[in-house]
Amino acid sequence: MSTATAAHHHDDHPTGIMRWLTTTNHKDIGTMYLTFSLIMFLVGGSMILAVRAELFQPGLQLMQPEFFNQLIGVHALVMIFAALMPAATGFANWMLPLQLGAPDMALPRLNNWGFWLLPPAAILLTAPFILALFGIGDGAIATGWTFYTPLSVQGGIGVDFAIFAVHLLGISSVMGSINVLVTIFNMRAPGMTLMKMPLFAWGWMITAFLLIATIPVLAGAVTMLLTDRHFGTHFFDAAGGGDPILFQHLFWFFGHPEVYILLLPVWGLIPHILSAFSRKPTYGYKAQIYSFWAIGILSVVVWAHHFFTVGLPIPALLYFMYSTMAISLPLAVLFFCWIATMWKGSMTFETPMLFATGWIILFGIGGLTGLILADVAADAQYHHSYFVVAHFHYTLFAGGIMGIMAGVYYWLPKMTGHMYSETLGKLHFWLTAIAFNVTFIPQFFLGLAGMPRRIPDYALQFSEFNMISTIGAFTLGLSQLIMVYNIVRCVRGGKKAEAKVWEGAEGLEWTLPSPPPYHSFTEQPVIK
Amino acid sequence: MAFQFLKKAGMGLMLAVWSLAAHAEYAWNFPKPVTPMAADTLLVHNKFMVIIMVIFVVVLGIMIYSIIRHRKSVGHKAADFTGPSTRSQVIWTLVPFAILLYIDFILMGIPAYHSVVLMEDTKNDSEMVIKVTGSQWRWQYEYMDGEAQGIKFVSNMTTPQEQIQNKTEKGEHYLLEVDNHVVLPVDKKVRILLTSNDVIHTWWVPAFGAARDAIPGFLRETWVKIEEPGTYRGQCKELCGKGHGFMPVVVDAVPEEQFKEWVASKKTEMSAASAGADKEWSKDELLTQGKAVYEKNCAVCHQPGGQGMPPAFPALTGSKIVTAPNFDADGKLMKDSHIDRVFNGKGMMPAWKGTLSDTDIAAVISYERNALGNSMGDLVQPSQIKALR
Repeated sequence: MSTATAAHHHDDHPTGIMRWLTTTNHKDIGTMYLTFSLIMFLVGGSMILAVRAELFQPGLQLMQPEFFNQLIGVHALVMIFAALMPAATGFANWMLPLQLGAPDMALPRLNNWGFWLLPPAAILLTAPFILALFGIGDGAIATGWTFYTPLSVQGGIGVDFAIFAVHLLGISSVMGSINVLVTIFNMRAPGMTLMKMPLFAWGWMITAFLLIATIPVLAGAVTMLLTDRHFGTHFFDAAGGGDPILFQHLFWFFGHPEVYILLLPVWGLIPHILSAFSRKPTYGYKAQIYSFWAIGILSVVVWAHHFFTVGLPIPALLYFMYSTMAISLPLAVLFFCWIATMWKGSMTFETPMLFATGWIILFGIGGLTGLILADVAADAQYHHSYFVVAHFHYTLFAGGIMGIMAGVYYWLPKMTGHMYSETLGKLHFWLTAIAFNVTFIPQFFLGLAGMPRRIPDYALQFSEFNMISTIGAFTLGLSQLIMVYNIVRCVRGGKKAEAKVWEGAEGLEWTLPSPPPYHSFTEQPVIK
Repeated sequence: MAFQFLKKAGMGLMLAVWSLAAHAEYAWNFPKPVTPMAADTLLVHNKFMVIIMVIFVVVLGIMIYSIIRHRKSVGHKAADFTGPSTRSQVIWTLVPFAILLYIDFILMGIPAYHSVVLMEDTKNDSEMVIKVTGSQWRWQYEYMDGEAQGIKFVSNMTTPQEQIQNKTEKGEHYLLEVDNHVVLPVDKKVRILLTSNDVIHTWWVPAFGAARDAIPGFLRETWVKIEEPGTYRGQCKELCGKGHGFMPVVVDAVPEEQFKEWVASKKTEMSAASAGADKEWSKDELLTQGKAVYEKNCAVCHQPGGQGMPPAFPALTGSKIVTAPNFDADGKLMKDSHIDRVFNGKGMMPAWKGTLSDTDIAAVISYERNALGNSMGDLVQPSQIKALR
């Protein structure tokens, strides 16, 4: 989509498919990441709509339990690894060089490789569905996204496919993270000290550190699972001296930081939007950076709160409870700073600001319910019930995906050089915000009433809430097509966007024309 | 605009609440607690919900005020502060922080501590012990001590497939009904040991406020002291495969007297069954009994007609294992024979020796060899199974 404006021999590049296969340009790769993410968002969304359709009424209507279990697990893996993470990486690719005043990412070939590992991984994740149609294997991974042993040891070829998919996705993420870190530490414009760096770069920096620290643990855990499955090891088999709970420790040592891996880039980008549309500088810049660090560090020492019900000793329960509660302190600092950035501003509510505002409110619900989930004894009730499902969709759909959407609307004019339709954008926001709540508020009540998650059929007292939730989910799903249409329209044409698209926007990316030239900054800007 | 949204959302919510309140079964909170643990959990939960709702409403209120007053369209000029500048401002930014610290570690932290201690206090003053074993996809119960010691049974869901497949009207306790209820005396502290035969399960009855994982190869424990007689229903809540949604827990809490009667009748029933294992069974008896056992325990995977669901669940009709002899020329049980597979399990196939009685195993093997399209002609007698133990 970005075409070279100046004729220069560096700007020569292949056209057509070869351009995309061979490109090392940060904007091309960023575009591919974002497109891939959008496609997988729709794929993962379709899977869960099938699930919600099955749950519309009690009884089995559309599918058998085996297939149901496959859909919920692959939905989560797709949404986390193939929709949310690539979207954040897409933004990092597009925006870090622009925000830091660099010509490109530091490691362009690594960048290309990092992206092209994703489509094979997505195919590995979903191929077992198709293979099963031809009688090969019994479908995709049916253990939920958490691979819990011994269920995953028992599972079919879908588990092996998912293990290799996770390996590829992990390698891709680590490479992307190394690229981000090398870019941040070496390619900043003269005068841009770390403490003058945009918050988006800061959020991504912590994400990159977390990825490099935890992905190898996940890779190790799933490899141990693979050898347990096929090579007779007993890491997770009590009969052979192993322990099935060991897997949960290893998995969540990755899995909890993963939550912040998904959220930190969003926490980085939202302040830019709040500041731009409040026409007011970011409040508490340093406090936000320190909070990022605090949350990043805390995130690797609270993992066991994901499995309080396995039976841990009291000291461990208390430690994990109080350390989890401690996360609310730096998180509260962030909320304070976000709202203080809006306070006494001169606000307007274009689509990015609507998403950012709605994001604060809904992510707030996710954060607050997280605080009560930390209570070990009450968690025995919440755990693995629909209460938890609602909680983590408030953090990951509202807190993650809606934040990414805010970023999409904020930067889309910069990326494409065209304005998107503000009317459609606003419509998309209101439908998303309302439908999201219609989907997930009932799930809080379902959980309290005693409906376990991951069941294909349920007792009659859960009928009404499930029906409401399904109606919400379909509205939510269909509303996303408005965004897809709006993006496609914006890529193809529309009102020309100026260099500084938003009146109050600050940062180096707004000093370049929209769309920016093929090599972003050929001369480094100087920051005073 | 956000304000309008909230107004709309609020009205929508009120409408929803109103229309839903019309349903008698509606639940907005945990079910009525019947154990000290559940009562504590409900209390703590309500308190914490109020705390987080207050935080939410206060913060949202501040945001909405700002959204209404500090907007360009009402002519508000942007300030340019980036942090607290005066001493009083610094104090004001620290106040919410201090409040949160107090909420986290005092207001919530202290009751949460006591709840944890209460929850983990499984041994003190416990008056009886039962063992719960999860397996795909049924619960087994064993009474470990006292007068009920030795009572042991399997609890299978009884909701018929026709209801699940929407062919007949769903019953009142759809998916939450089992053949053998666990019977526990009221007002007695029962220590519950948990383990599993295959994958991780979680034994959960919402009205008890206790949920604990059943982990293969390990013992975990929890406790209940049911304070009100009644029938309480729950479910497995750890994904455990395709039958995860179909392994309910049903507990009958009864007064001491009634519990004693139940123990006596269960004991008589068990000694009759054990006597049955010693007699010679006729083909008809074995096949009738076998059919019942098969449909309850085996048909979910191998299918009622024996065609299985390959590749995960092999067909029994014409199966190599089913159509091979069980004993070699010396009368020794052969490895990977039909009896060996049912008795000891392998891979996905559970070992049934701990779950089914001698009679049931003999009957179901005889049934599989002489029905479902197979006609081996030979019978397995309960005494042959008993000899293997």
